[in-house]
Amino acid sequence: MQSSKFAPWDDPDAKPLIRFKNVTKRFGEFTAIDNLTLDIYEREFFALLGPSGCGKTTMMRMLAGFESPTEGVIELAGQDIAPVPPNKRAVNMMFQSYALFPHLSVWDNIAFGLRRDSMPKRDVEDRVEEMLRLVRLEKFAKRKPHQISGGQRQRVALARSLAKAPKLLLLDEPLGALDKKLRQDTQFELMDIQEKTGTTFVIVTHDQEEAMTVASRVAVMDQGQLMQVSTPDRIYETPNSVYVADFIGDVNIIQGRATQDGEETYRIDWAEGQKPLTAKSSNVFSAGQTCHLAIRPEKVAITAERPEDAANAVQGRVHDIAYLGNLSTYHVELSNGTIIKAQTSNTRRISRRTFTWEDTVWLSWTATAGVLLAN
Amino acid sequence: MRRFFLIAIPYAWLTVLFLVPFAIVFKISLSDYAVSIPPYVPQFDWAEGIMAFIRELDFENFIFLTEDDLYWKAYLSSLKIAVTATFLTLCVGYPIAYGMARAPEEWRPTLMMLVILPFWTSFLIRVYAWMGILSNEGYLNQILLWTGIINEPLTILNTNTAVYIGIVYTYLPFMILPVYSALDRLDGSLIEAAEDLGCSRAQAFWLVTIPLSRPGIIAGCFLVFIPTLGEFVIPSLLGGSGTLMIGKVLWEEFFSNRDWPVASAVAVILLLILVIPIVLFQRNQQKQAEAEQ
Repeated sequence: MQSSKFAPWDDPDAKPLIRFKNVTKRFGEFTAIDNLTLDIYEREFFALLGPSGCGKTTMMRMLAGFESPTEGVIELAGQDIAPVPPNKRAVNMMFQSYALFPHLSVWDNIAFGLRRDSMPKRDVEDRVEEMLRLVRLEKFAKRKPHQISGGQRQRVALARSLAKAPKLLLLDEPLGALDKKLRQDTQFELMDIQEKTGTTFVIVTHDQEEAMTVASRVAVMDQGQLMQVSTPDRIYETPNSVYVADFIGDVNIIQGRATQDGEETYRIDWAEGQKPLTAKSSNVFSAGQTCHLAIRPEKVAITAERPEDAANAVQGRVHDIAYLGNLSTYHVELSNGTIIKAQTSNTRRISRRTFTWEDTVWLSWTATAGVLLAN
Repeated sequence: MRRFFLIAIPYAWLTVLFLVPFAIVFKISLSDYAVSIPPYVPQFDWAEGIMAFIRELDFENFIFLTEDDLYWKAYLSSLKIAVTATFLTLCVGYPIAYGMARAPEEWRPTLMMLVILPFWTSFLIRVYAWMGILSNEGYLNQILLWTGIINEPLTILNTNTAVYIGIVYTYLPFMILPVYSALDRLDGSLIEAAEDLGCSRAQAFWLVTIPLSRPGIIAGCFLVFIPTLGEFVIPSLLGGSGTLMIGKVLWEEFFSNRDWPVASAVAVILLLILVIPIVLFQRNQQKQAEAEQ
């Protein structure tokens, strides 16, 4: 049966559009990309996520052709692209600074790439009009880049890079220069455009929320290596390392020693004078092995009385409350000084909030709420 | 009140150092030659009053300039030499500025220093040095003869070629600096964007680098063209009898003929010719400032 879900990465027969094979890139002594292997499929919206200096921009520049790998092969549609110069690649890039030509109008900026292909004048005009409609800038065609707003410039840059209908579009921190509200709107717009054009998008960002929102798959990078490549929900729910768990969203990390206690169930001794915790995990731990339990704050319940049936429950005092409008995050200090964050929805008005500073509360979570990680 | 003084200072400067001298030169250009000190009449005399003084002034020196073809030929020849020399300076200066802008960051101050360095030696001495290089027995001919490229020494000194060499050499920094500053500000990602959109290196240069460095090119051209037009030292030291430039004519009228009124008329016309490129230059600067806002 044909699955309606878009997931070519789970299909062993699917041919990747881009293939990094043991790619290493060094700048002098510095290793920017370290023996990296990665497949990206057609029509994917792929996000490279990581802190600055993790090598994500270098990956993108290698795809665009501005850098070449020191070792390894990058294939685009089955062909090694190392000998192909940037102007001959079916890859276009949207630059972080947008890189709009200041001496050309919006119209001419979008037409720039089309004219290089010696496309007939009529076709260039049609294509530019089509692109202007796509990004809703018909009225601004005659303006110069310095005469339009930041959000409009971003859309011109997008239209310009899409005009040549590339096989692959690279977006380097495309929304970095926009304010938060506009950024959120634009994220959805980007997804719409990606769906409409069917182009493969690779986006580089350091903003995890942005990556989670737009991408079909996210690659979390650190120091030139891929930490985890997966769908946003899997990255969030089942991170494969403390680094990924910590990088994506808010998380409580509890360090302890694991002891097997039934099938796929472990007892975690984590602090003097505290009852051991229970967690289910398919990862195998040997007896007494150091482990980290990662629990998202929203999976931790906060109550006044000890819940009867909870697998894990600890008592503490409310140390801090972060009020976010729709949510509240309680920072609860345990008797040994550990702080555990618990998040609840603010379904009631703030004046009727159950807990306040210095209240003694119980935190509880199920055995499956957290992820047990070795490192 | 403070505002008034702030505005008054530049105006006072312009009045004392430009407007008043110009008025004096203009007045002399309307006077007549006379064997006296200073060598022109009328002199202002309180006893006769201002009306009598003004009645003595006339435009006959300007009419004289149109009657003798030496003058308009000199103006024309100056224009031709200035335009050609400006173009040559651009051809030499642009690649240098481009190379500087592309050089590693830590090298740039040194390169900039090297461009400005010649200014530390007297301009006159540097032009004299070129006489030693370009003369028939000069270093250039010696090297060319020694390497066997030529058999006969080339006659370069006292020709227009020597004048061009002198002008290009002297005014090169005025071309390099504005072009360099325009290229330096050029965002490197624009070139990458052009390549990404299908340009070859050469196309990206013509379609992006050149248009975006245009304000620098225009500024550099005016900075070379304006002083070159009235240039006197270079044509008189390196040029020959065939080199006709208005600066030289002006000098001869003043010092050889001691005809101050005609010399002043030549100077006034030269100024009027220069006003056009100066105004254009200012508009270029203004447009650039607006574009950067």
